[in-house]
Amino acid sequence: MLRAELHHLFRRRRIIALLIVLALVPVAIVVALKIAGPGDGGDGPTFLNQVTNNGVFASLAALLITLPVFLPLAVAIVAGDAIAGEAGLGTLRYLLIRPAGRSRLLGVKAVTVIVFCAVATLVVAVSGLIVGSILFPVGRVTTLSGDTLSLADGIWRICVAALLVAASLLGLAAISLFASTMTDVSIGAIAATLGILILSGILDTIPQLAVIHPWLFTHNWLSFADIMRTHITWTAIRKNLGLQAAYITVFASAAWARFTPSDVLA
Amino acid sequence: MKGLTEERPAASAPRLDDAEFAITTDSLTKRFGGVAVVDQLDLRVPTGSVFGFLGPNGSGKTTTIRMLLGLIAPSEGSVNLFGHPMPAATMEILPAVGALVEGPACYPWLTGRQNLERIDAAGPHGDAKTRPARIDTALERVGLTGAQNKKYKAYSLGMRQRLGLAQALLQQRRLLILDEPTNGMDPPGTREIRHLIRELAADGTTVFVSSHLLAEIEQVCTHVAMMRLGKLVTQGSLAALQSATTPRVHVHTADTELATSVLRGIGLDTTLSDEAVVADLGDHRPEDLCRQLVEAGVGIREFAIQHPSLEDTFVKLTGEGFDVTR
Repeated sequence: MLRAELHHLFRRRRIIALLIVLALVPVAIVVALKIAGPGDGGDGPTFLNQVTNNGVFASLAALLITLPVFLPLAVAIVAGDAIAGEAGLGTLRYLLIRPAGRSRLLGVKAVTVIVFCAVATLVVAVSGLIVGSILFPVGRVTTLSGDTLSLADGIWRICVAALLVAASLLGLAAISLFASTMTDVSIGAIAATLGILILSGILDTIPQLAVIHPWLFTHNWLSFADIMRTHITWTAIRKNLGLQAAYITVFASAAWARFTPSDVLA
Repeated sequence: MKGLTEERPAASAPRLDDAEFAITTDSLTKRFGGVAVVDQLDLRVPTGSVFGFLGPNGSGKTTTIRMLLGLIAPSEGSVNLFGHPMPAATMEILPAVGALVEGPACYPWLTGRQNLERIDAAGPHGDAKTRPARIDTALERVGLTGAQNKKYKAYSLGMRQRLGLAQALLQQRRLLILDEPTNGMDPPGTREIRHLIRELAADGTTVFVSSHLLAEIEQVCTHVAMMRLGKLVTQGSLAALQSATTPRVHVHTADTELATSVLRGIGLDTTLSDEAVVADLGDHRPEDLCRQLVEAGVGIREFAIQHPSLEDTFVKLTGEGFDVTR
């Protein structure tokens, strides 16, 4: 059933278009940098001004730029539609009497969402890597600490960074899946998810609320950058992963508690 | 049928053949916001019957069907399918149950065939090896073979209904629950559905079919239940229901006065409608009435014994018309 569900998701034109748009974001960034020329990104994000020296940094720059909005948007679209979309079409009742099993259906949908998080992130990273390598020179990778790593080691670290970004999205995905069990209208679930994302971002910028900052699921999202230090500091990464795990536990349980006994009237 | 019978039940599949009733409900009740949409329903659907579940729109038929299939939980009472409690036995029983609930629902961007593939892959006993053959058979049975590669969004309402039926027929079923299967179908399509129901019943499948169109269903049913405002008005075999209501004799003639006096002479209570004399048959034998009318010199154009339709029965039992009551 999982294979069928993945096939069902990734053959949808809407999803393919979404992935193409995600792939185009790094292309736009790299092309813009190529036109603007070096030395123009002084105030930009850390990785952006390194792209002109070493194309592989386009991958990290793309992750950094898509993480706040584009990737969460894509994940919310898929996770918010997971149950609500089936309910809206009425296909949910036919899946349930097939019988797909409520827990099993929710589990399959959850795994599909996780796979999508990974695929979407990899699309961004790989697209950045490819376009960056074509338009800019590629060589040894300079770490944030100032040392240089071999290219192979650098690309390996970029892969780990991409996986960390994918993992960062899982808390949001769980919130979205829960929202999806609450409604028959997928756009409602998607909008609710994005509302929570924006709220979390805003709360994170209010200094008076510093006490709750460590508990916001977006707070440690940029920790993946630590992977590019010569001696990787794991503290923030570990905090981020722990927090994502907590959000997954809470909201996946809530989704299950909500979905398994509910009356399906759609 | 060949493609369907190849599907072997899993070793753990419960035995369903021994059960006397395919469906039983006891005091089944569903309340929405304090209103009992289904109220103390005790259904008995004999295994092997074609069971007409009849009632006006809004009488609680679909809500009952949703409870039968475990889609919604009863507020009170219980449901058993082949003696197994629902929804506890959902995973064991439902593979043997095909259903059409409140109209078909499919993915508009997929073709008819892809829709069937998708739903078949989503549950147990959907062996991928037998899937193409089972889909072929189901499409053929509902007459959709020619349109299988069209997108669902391009289907007409009747075609969608057929695809919904094909979905219910993807596997060998012991019970089919069909909610308004003729909705949106033209008269030939309706006839095909009746034919399909007869065919399935001949294979030993219990068919539970709901409808608000009594006339469409009464031709195929062996048993009926009638609903009104969430309550059961009556249920039983069609024969029993018909024997509880007296048939009427219709005598079409130009000599209405003579026919009236002959029938009154025998002791019948006649009424006149157009060019026909109508009376409850009572215990009289039709052949005797006919002979006496002829011997008295009544010129008979047409002599008929008519059983009241289900709709007449419903009206008689509830004292009101068969229309939307909620």
